Amino acid sequence: MTTTTVPARPGARETGPGTPGAARGGRLPGRLRRIGLPYLLLLPALLLELLVHLVPMVIGIVMSFKELTQFTLRDWGTAPWTGGDNYRVSLDFDAPVGEALLHSFLVTCVFTVLSVGLCWLIGTAAAICMQDAFRGRGLLRALFLVPYALPVYAAVITWAFMFQHDNGLVNHVLYDQLGLTDKPSFWLIGDNSFIALLVVSVWKGWPFAFLIVMAGLQNIPRELYEAAALDGAGTWQQIRRITLPSLRPVNQVLVLVLFLWTFNDFNTPYVLFGKAAPEAADLVSIHIYQSSFVTWDFGTGSAMSVLLLLFLLLVTGVYLFLTSRGRKTADV
Amino acid sequence: MAAPRSFLWTRRVFLTLLTGFVLLPVYVMVSSSLKPLQDVSGEFRWLPSGLTIRPYIDIWSTVPLADYFVNSLIVAGAATVCSVVIAVFAAYAVSRYAFRGKRVFSVTVLSTQMFPGILFLLPLFLIYVNIGNATGIALFGSRGGLILTYLTFSLPFSIWMLIGYFDSVPRDLDEAAMVDGCGPLRALISVVVPAAVPGIVAVAVYAFMTAWGEVLFASVMTNETTRTLAVGLQGYSTQNDVYWNQIMAASLVVSVPVVAGFLLLQRYLVAGLTAGAVK
Repeated sequence: MTTTTVPARPGARETGPGTPGAARGGRLPGRLRRIGLPYLLLLPALLLELLVHLVPMVIGIVMSFKELTQFTLRDWGTAPWTGGDNYRVSLDFDAPVGEALLHSFLVTCVFTVLSVGLCWLIGTAAAICMQDAFRGRGLLRALFLVPYALPVYAAVITWAFMFQHDNGLVNHVLYDQLGLTDKPSFWLIGDNSFIALLVVSVWKGWPFAFLIVMAGLQNIPRELYEAAALDGAGTWQQIRRITLPSLRPVNQVLVLVLFLWTFNDFNTPYVLFGKAAPEAADLVSIHIYQSSFVTWDFGTGSAMSVLLLLFLLLVTGVYLFLTSRGRKTADV
Repeated sequence: MAAPRSFLWTRRVFLTLLTGFVLLPVYVMVSSSLKPLQDVSGEFRWLPSGLTIRPYIDIWSTVPLADYFVNSLIVAGAATVCSVVIAVFAAYAVSRYAFRGKRVFSVTVLSTQMFPGILFLLPLFLIYVNIGNATGIALFGSRGGLILTYLTFSLPFSIWMLIGYFDSVPRDLDEAAMVDGCGPLRALISVVVPAAVPGIVAVAVYAFMTAWGEVLFASVMTNETTRTLAVGLQGYSTQNDVYWNQIMAASLVVSVPVVAGFLLLQRYLVAGLTAGAVK
């Protein structure tokens, strides 16, 4: 029996802990259990993913080819097929529906790039600043995680209060106290709503980047810094030559996750603006919600969702391809 | 390690500004929750004209906040427990066994991360209604449906992180336990799980926060009796009045449990992320 416990060689990894079972004589039920066990362990996760993600996705794709109004929705299976009409409407950028979708898509792109960039920048800078011990570091770290821990609706509703036209803090400071604007501005309607949304999104999102980068920093060996210091590299140089390059693999995952979350974010604009976002801050997810649940055109809403998914798949694919190629050349 | 003055000063200024940015809404939340109504309806004031705890009493009667609280606790709690248990089993299978379809499974689970929630909101709603009509199991409008939905939201990330974490637990440990006569499940529960506590706590915190903060599905899939805090908080603004002081008080009350729990467990979170996700 002891022969099965020789320290696992790298190659023996994949045989798994099932090996001791073989010592029990390799009875058929035992073997069956051994082969079936991983599937059994995966079964709950698989079933749930299937029920809540994959099957709905397939239904969503089917729905995007149908004409679905509040009348046909109940028996959506028998609703009339429309072929690619929903897609044609969504992608006809000269007609109102397509034009609005394109506008919302472009707004989301600009918003996502700015938000992810700022979240990454602030999060990384904060994590690097807190790499070395100083008095109050633990307290500060806890404080910085508060926006991440606060429930979205509680945090965003507070921001909505601060952005109020008549009784908000932002106008009070900008107009009454500093006199930077010649009259109180509207922040939750009109063009300024984009800025408001961006500020809230960055406030809420940067602590996640901070958390991940902080975890990544702990994997950089101290000796690298000591060696660099011996070679005469100052703090700034160490950050540029050691810290940032070492964070590359962490950043690749972080930026992708931030991108997907920000692009799909529904909660922030929904709590900030309600069911209909102002044009300047009309993110795609809210726009689709509006097209489906407010104007009761579920077919077109589904088509828009599928288009969004295709876009995200494409971006993710290209991104993974580029970064993995980058990693390979870096290894050589 | 003597950092140069330029770095120390940049650090000081940057961290001070950032602290202000982070704390501003927290200050507004706390101070406004202690103001009388005329203070929050008129021009903003940094300090209340008179401190009052009235909002904290009124929040419970303006809307049935206690009921929403209980709903949120049940939904988020159950989703967290189920999600963690299921993720532990799945991650153990992926980390310890070679089997056909392993890669497909990992890729599929991870790619559900990128699905826009809006894509399966309506189909899921229809599935739940159809299951209800066919079997009599009420998923739509019930806490059960919401639990089921939420637990799958945190599942992919949890599995992914736990795989990394389990990989970092030496396999000699569970193999030794099995040589001593444990079955694989006993080995998982009595050896691997205790060694992976930081990772499991981190995953549980993530799952709870995901469920506690979700708005979209909560607003479509709940009714008057199953409404969660995410939807219930909208009840403080009526046609005529917005009770901002009560909204702030209620926001604070619903935030305290999560924030406190999170801050207590944040060490685990960093440790869990270090070993699990960030490698």
